[in-house]
Amino acid sequence: MIPGLLASQNAGHSAPGFDVLTALVLVPAVGALLVVLVPRARAELLRGVAVLAAAATGALALWLLAAFEVGEAGYQFETNREWISDFGIAWHVGVDGISLFLVVLTALLFPIAILGATPAHDPKPYYAWLLLLEAGCLGVFVALDLFMFFVMFEIVLVPMYFLIGGWGYGNRVYAALKFFLFTMFGSIFMLVGIVATAFLHRDAVEDANRAERQEILAELEGEEPTPAEEARIAELEADVPLTFDVVEIAESRTIVDDSESANPVDWSAARWLFLAFAIAFAVKVPLFPVHTWLPDAHTEAPTAGSVILAGVLLKLGTYGLLRFGLYLFPDAANFFAPTLVTLGVIGIIYGAIVAAMQRDLKRLVAYSSVAHLGFIVLGTFAITSQGLQGGLLQNINHGLSTGALFLLVGMISDRRHTREIAALRGLQKVAPVFAAVFTVVMLSSIGLPGLNGFVGEFLVLVGSFLTRRWWAVVAAAGVILAALYLLWAYQRVFHGEVDEDNRGFAELTWREGAVLAPLLALIVFLGVYPKPVLERMQPAVDRLIEHVEGNSDFVSPEVGRRGEQPADEDDAGGAEAADAGADEHAEAGK
Amino acid sequence: MAVFGSLSQPLPADPTPVETPSVDWAAAAPLLVLVGGALVLMLWSSFVRSRRATHLYTAFTCLVAVGAIGAVVPLWREVQDADRGPFSTFGGAVGVDGFSLFMTVVIAVAVALAALFIDDYLRREQLESVEPFVLVLLSAAGGVIMSQANDLIVLFLGLEILSIAVYVLAASHRRRVTSQEAGVKYFVLGAFSSAFFLYGIALVYGGTGTTNLIEILEYFSTTVVTDDGLVLAGLALMLVGLGFKVAAVPFHFWTPDVYQGSPTPMVTWMASGVKAAGFAGLIRVLVLAFDAYAVDWQPIVFALAVATLFVGAVLAVVQTDVKRMMAYSSINHAGFVLVGVQAATDQGVEAALFYLAAYTFLIAGTFGVITLVGRRGDGHHRLDDYRGLARTQPGLALVLTLFLLAQAGVPLTSGFFAKFYVIVAAVDAGSTVLAVVAMLSSVISAYLYLRITVSLYMSDPTEEGAPRLRVPVAAGIALALCVAVTLVAGVWPGSIAETARDAVPVLAAVG
Repeated sequence: MIPGLLASQNAGHSAPGFDVLTALVLVPAVGALLVVLVPRARAELLRGVAVLAAAATGALALWLLAAFEVGEAGYQFETNREWISDFGIAWHVGVDGISLFLVVLTALLFPIAILGATPAHDPKPYYAWLLLLEAGCLGVFVALDLFMFFVMFEIVLVPMYFLIGGWGYGNRVYAALKFFLFTMFGSIFMLVGIVATAFLHRDAVEDANRAERQEILAELEGEEPTPAEEARIAELEADVPLTFDVVEIAESRTIVDDSESANPVDWSAARWLFLAFAIAFAVKVPLFPVHTWLPDAHTEAPTAGSVILAGVLLKLGTYGLLRFGLYLFPDAANFFAPTLVTLGVIGIIYGAIVAAMQRDLKRLVAYSSVAHLGFIVLGTFAITSQGLQGGLLQNINHGLSTGALFLLVGMISDRRHTREIAALRGLQKVAPVFAAVFTVVMLSSIGLPGLNGFVGEFLVLVGSFLTRRWWAVVAAAGVILAALYLLWAYQRVFHGEVDEDNRGFAELTWREGAVLAPLLALIVFLGVYPKPVLERMQPAVDRLIEHVEGNSDFVSPEVGRRGEQPADEDDAGGAEAADAGADEHAEAGK
Repeated sequence: MAVFGSLSQPLPADPTPVETPSVDWAAAAPLLVLVGGALVLMLWSSFVRSRRATHLYTAFTCLVAVGAIGAVVPLWREVQDADRGPFSTFGGAVGVDGFSLFMTVVIAVAVALAALFIDDYLRREQLESVEPFVLVLLSAAGGVIMSQANDLIVLFLGLEILSIAVYVLAASHRRRVTSQEAGVKYFVLGAFSSAFFLYGIALVYGGTGTTNLIEILEYFSTTVVTDDGLVLAGLALMLVGLGFKVAAVPFHFWTPDVYQGSPTPMVTWMASGVKAAGFAGLIRVLVLAFDAYAVDWQPIVFALAVATLFVGAVLAVVQTDVKRMMAYSSINHAGFVLVGVQAATDQGVEAALFYLAAYTFLIAGTFGVITLVGRRGDGHHRLDDYRGLARTQPGLALVLTLFLLAQAGVPLTSGFFAKFYVIVAAVDAGSTVLAVVAMLSSVISAYLYLRITVSLYMSDPTEEGAPRLRVPVAAGIALALCVAVTLVAGVWPGSIAETARDAVPVLAAVG
């Protein structure tokens, strides 16, 4: 562990004295503690305390966004503290353009989820679990230490398990167990992978040191070494400590995939390690065929749980694939990219088809997540600047639109005590504003130009077309399917004659409107002007692609290469895209 | 012992005067405190007529345990001192090294925790007597002897002192047939396994000419044994005997029955102290003395570990009785410790020590809660009896949930680091497959722990109006201690881990 060295590499923009990222993780955790300490007699305070803690975290995240240096590819706000020195485990946190917006998304969605839905019973543990969940999620996105990342990744399971099992709907226990066990099953491979990575890195560094020492000694040919050389030799002879630092391991490129054949017997450690990590993330994303926990968990979870599950928790998987798959093992990731892209595309088509078949509105939204997350994986493993940025943007978009959809479906289910599409009819007549909000959110989810979903999906398709043409072609069909199942569902729920049961459907209240307003604003804003997000992402994404190119046989396609484009290619691309893709989407809209 | 050792050498021409082995009484201080405490307690009880004396007995037992830990402190300093280092005494039959001292502390802690849970139990079941405390102290003395043993005969001695006391403890509920049955079952099977162990010692003696671990190690390092069938057979038989004590599959069959039938607070001791002592013996024999045979025993321990991990996890899931569930889950935990042993490295031993230390608090706490929920008659152990406990007893349910999650290896609990260190040791020793297998089994057992939390939090109570449980002071103290250690070691495992690392077992010569 050489914290000094690491800090000096990237410390340019960290705010000394105030460790904002650690504060981000701790504020919700302390909030959870405060919620627990609220006396039984003052139960009405619970919600206030919870909202306050979540809002404070949100404010910190916004400050982070404002203070974030644009155009900087490295990690900012870095802090590196010793945690378990024996194993070189550190509390190493930092954000770059890749994780920044996930942090902001998390910090924004939590207050909205807390405000947007109230628990049916036992508010105290409910709010405490939610805030703990927030601390865990933020911890995952800011962690730059493999061990810390794993701790946060795993700790998230517990609050979510209790939220689904304690406050969920009918089949909640089954869904909660399935969620916990599926994810834990995935992450055990990652734990062993993490430990193996740390050891392999240490061994590789030791070998390199030994080789260099031999070299120096050979050059000396028995002559007396100079003091500088002597010091160097002593340094090289010293024991190499273990480290779990992601940046250090990834940048030193000690774990290289040098296997030539596709036969698993000949695979190098790097491939197995990538696979161990990928399984954990594939379950979390979820990729086909390990997605089966998702519809159950999303459907049975309470509204806030569903919002967080879809909005934040699934992103732990896609973020992990990026940061710990692509960044740590670029060459192995390149080897597995076709497989992952294929699974992503299967997810897009399969999720869409199954969503269209659903009778339960919430389950439909849940399956739409499988499709959307397929897009993100496709974009990520296309390994082009556009694809990666589109994938990242799609992470945010999906969080916003699916989060809002789950809130709306939760409102429907609260009013009507059913989520059966067949039982809902003609809501547009009785609740026009509600229907309008639903329309905007739904169109964002479909990917209508002018709303955020379009920008992300388009970038993903453009990016993947460069390297994986036919996959992109098939995925584009998924966009049409999305329009199909969502519009069809909308038609059945909101159009038609109002029957007796639905006549009493209440209009959107001010409070509900206020909760949804920030989401709607962002949906429109990002659809019209995604530049602020893209310009912060791009340096980090380009750096990642360079890292992949420099460490594997991957070659960026001619068109996608950074240097040969105009500097503002992406937002210009976004605008042009609007024209180019309009036909397709207009068609899809019909 | 030295006497046996000398037999293997030819008699010298002119006999020299017999030298009695040197005895370092200070080195035996922790042991003497435990045995002395037990004797004082027994004598004292014959003068006290009050039936309310249980509190006093409990306090005294805890005091003795703390005294034993106190006696360890100067020894630990001595052992860690670079000039002194680990040493053997009693003619090389007793080893004082970091390992034995660490295990002594673990065992003493288990004694204190068990005593605190026994206290209220005896009053509740109207079994007030001093014997359980004395027996726990004596069996702890046996455990300490096992972890200090540098001689197979001494190890056997410790094993028997430990076991016989525990057989009685298992049968100590006089009015319950299941308790009697558990005692008899444990005794018969235990005696059987002791016989295996003893036979193993005999064979090893036949093969090496000594029972002293130091001399065995020396023998293997200086002699190339061409025909080692005798030694291997002896090693295998000893493995059976020790495998029985730590409840490794396939020597585990007694565990669920005995755990289920025995009085619950006594199970606290069986699952923590007895298991720790068993592993102490296993590590001394395998990792220390038979280091040269690691190539031979590692595959066996590998297979034992895999079987133990999976049988424990899978059979735990299908139980409906919480005590049986925990019995199988403790088998699964034993599998994890075996993974550490299998590494046959210092790191593996360190991981095993950390696991045992963390696990002692976890399992004692778990069985402590089970003791309380068992209510009068010690009979409410079906999973259904835990339904809706979070409603009626939120505090107790939360504590139990913490112990269960820790056992499942959820981060920020000591249980996670216990598993993490074992995985690190296994990967470092090149047994990545075993690491993956161990973690797979932990997913299966996680289902078991979650099933209990489902009963606690997500089910309605079966019968309304069950009387509210009162958490007695002694049990409350013990539970608080367990919770504190589980959480603190879950965030800062450093101090325990560093102590465990300093506690490397050494076979040091007499000095």
